[in-house]
Amino acid sequence: MKIRVRGLSRTFVAQGRETPALLDVDLEVAAHEFVCLLGPSGCGKSTLLNIVAGFLRPTAGEVRVDERPVTGPGADRGVVFQEYVLFPWLTVAGNVEFGLRLKGAPAAERRGIVARYLELVGLAAHAEKYPVQLSGGMKQRVAIARALANSPEIILMDEPFGALDAQTREVLQDELGRIQRVEHKTVLFVTHSIREAVYLADRVIVMTSAPGRIKQVFTIKLPEVRDRFAPEFTHYESEITRVVKEEVAKVHE
Amino acid sequence: MFLSSVPEMMEWGLRGASRSRRDALRWRLASLAVFLALWSVAGGLVELTKPFNPLFLPAPWVVIGALLELARKGQLWVHVAATLERVAVGFSVGAVLALALGLLAGQVRAVRNVVEPVVELLRPIPPLAMLPLFIVWVGIGEGSKVGFITYATFFPMFVTTVHGVAQIDGRLLRAAQSLGARPRHLFFRVILPAALPDVLTGLRLGVALSFFVIVISEFVGAENGLGYLINDGRNFFLVPQMLGAALLLGLLGYAGNGLVRVLERRVLRWQHPR
Amino acid sequence: MSRTRILALLGVLVAWAAVSYGNRRLGVMAPALLPTPGEVATVFAETVRDGSLPRHVATSLARVAVGFGLAAVAALALGLLAAMCVPVRLMVEPIIEFVRPIPPLAFLPMFLVWFGLGEGSKVAFIGYTTFFPMFVAIAAAVLRVDVTLLRAAASLGAGHLDLIRRVILPAALPGIIVALRLGFALALFVIVGAEFMGADAGLGHLIMEGRTFFVPAQIVMGALVLGLLGSIVNALLLATERRLFRWREAGATS
Repeated sequence: MKIRVRGLSRTFVAQGRETPALLDVDLEVAAHEFVCLLGPSGCGKSTLLNIVAGFLRPTAGEVRVDERPVTGPGADRGVVFQEYVLFPWLTVAGNVEFGLRLKGAPAAERRGIVARYLELVGLAAHAEKYPVQLSGGMKQRVAIARALANSPEIILMDEPFGALDAQTREVLQDELGRIQRVEHKTVLFVTHSIREAVYLADRVIVMTSAPGRIKQVFTIKLPEVRDRFAPEFTHYESEITRVVKEEVAKVHE
Repeated sequence: MFLSSVPEMMEWGLRGASRSRRDALRWRLASLAVFLALWSVAGGLVELTKPFNPLFLPAPWVVIGALLELARKGQLWVHVAATLERVAVGFSVGAVLALALGLLAGQVRAVRNVVEPVVELLRPIPPLAMLPLFIVWVGIGEGSKVGFITYATFFPMFVTTVHGVAQIDGRLLRAAQSLGARPRHLFFRVILPAALPDVLTGLRLGVALSFFVIVISEFVGAENGLGYLINDGRNFFLVPQMLGAALLLGLLGYAGNGLVRVLERRVLRWQHPR
Repeated sequence: MSRTRILALLGVLVAWAAVSYGNRRLGVMAPALLPTPGEVATVFAETVRDGSLPRHVATSLARVAVGFGLAAVAALALGLLAAMCVPVRLMVEPIIEFVRPIPPLAFLPMFLVWFGLGEGSKVAFIGYTTFFPMFVAIAAAVLRVDVTLLRAAASLGAGHLDLIRRVILPAALPGIIVALRLGFALALFVIVGAEFMGADAGLGHLIMEGRTFFVPAQIVMGALVLGLLGSIVNALLLATERRLFRWREAGATS
């Protein structure tokens, strides 16, 4: 098992008040698997991702990657954020090679890798631009290239397309699917779009409203390249929607 | 960990975990106490070992003693009142002018085109440079000091007021108009409240600036006031008196700032309902 | 400078000329009290010719430069330290809160007592005045660094030192430069006042002389020179800032 989560709990403390975000979560992700975390707002899916990424420490339980416990962030788990989080003082190329520079890779090698991944995300012509000159979709593609260029085995994505408009979103979903067919990473992907989850994932994990637990797991048996309008696709969508709606209703109580 | 550790940075950034109000208060008081303690120790050591004339680095109790002495002789209040009066009058006049002109300029293009260039021209000139001019024009009396404070505080308050009006989202006005608001409604019920945060910030700046500049005008040509006390102390190396007056000045400035903040919190309750 | 700005300046000049020359004609105020542009220009030319103006300007600038320089180095070092080390920050903060409300000029006479009437007192005073605001602003700039930037770098393999060198410093740099720029502006603001008393050189002294010898034209001239100086320095610093931080606004799309 690539990622193993056991008994994970996380409570937030603010002004003397305790808010449980996650309660006793068990989860396993196999190598090269694409898993989506789905759920209503506040269900703790981002918290779970942040703990796997090593940004937050759990209140109880543990996370193991390759059977080794996670103690903090690292280059083995690349992250793509919803707000892109590109380094504004670096060019596109500078951003993509950031991890490589940290490792001390020589300039020629860095150039080659940067070119390859910019090509992969279709931004080869923009290597010398600054993030402030890019559109949201372009920025997110740079973020993906940056994470991939570092060759992590695991990629964690926290609603990466949430800040984009509907059309750009679908284009990037297509691209991500294409990239995954080439790269075969282990991916943990947080979203609250059921459609997106069914389109991308091998497995969809639906979480309950706060405090977050796993409500139900769906295995998506669809071909690698998916048709959003195929009846099987729509069937999964409505199944999952039904389950999620139960949880959403609880949030609005 | 000496520097913020990586796990802490990961969770909260450099600021560290948010501290409860009580904790923060406790830390503040503790460090204030440490500061006073260190000062006392330093002052005491100087008294005992006398590396230089101890008057140069008076301990806290010497400073307080000097102030109490002045209070006993009935002089302290005279000086404090003089300073406060000048600040109060100068600031008030400056504020009224700045607000009136600022609100007008913010809305009426013509007024803005006339007033703004003058402001832009005079702004880079440190107001302190104009103090001697005021003295030449109005003489050494109260008029020049008060007028000078008015002059100095006018510009920042004017600029913030104009900005406060200029940054009002046009859609707010349109929304009000489509609800039937007429010009005077717009002014009192939309423009004024919407500009208020910036205006109050400007007022706070003005108060701080008033205390900033009153000192120097009380150095040059005054016979009372806290600034006078400080400068007068130079003649006989009365450093305790100088420090004491400076501290009082700081206290008054702090109080003035606090007053505006209280006003802010009451008037701008809509910004942080709790 | 935009066209409207130039027109506005000309407008003010014309108004000034009208009022002052008009005053000469109508005799509303004593002529000396309302110097005309011509008189101010004359004083300017005289002081340039006999070398006194350049000398005073140089003196003031030197004091500002040295005082500011020392304070900037200290503010940088301590600011970075306080931002990255919580205990230091918690201990220093209340001291700053204590000293901050006291107008720096209130300490001027004390600096004169402590350091005498020479250059030392002016430099020390400028240093004291500019240190605190710069320290606070620099620490704030570092503290403001977005935690997600730190997280992104860490997930690319950055260690503690990498985070400081490659994320915190570059991200805080614009804010730090702004802090320094404002500190310098404050120094120029305050030097005049510092040179009113206990100085025999510098622009502030020159202006005060205008009062002592009843030559208001000299006051106005000194003030204008000061304003000009401040504007030029500010414009230079802003231009440098804009070049350094091209990545902030390189023709943004959205």
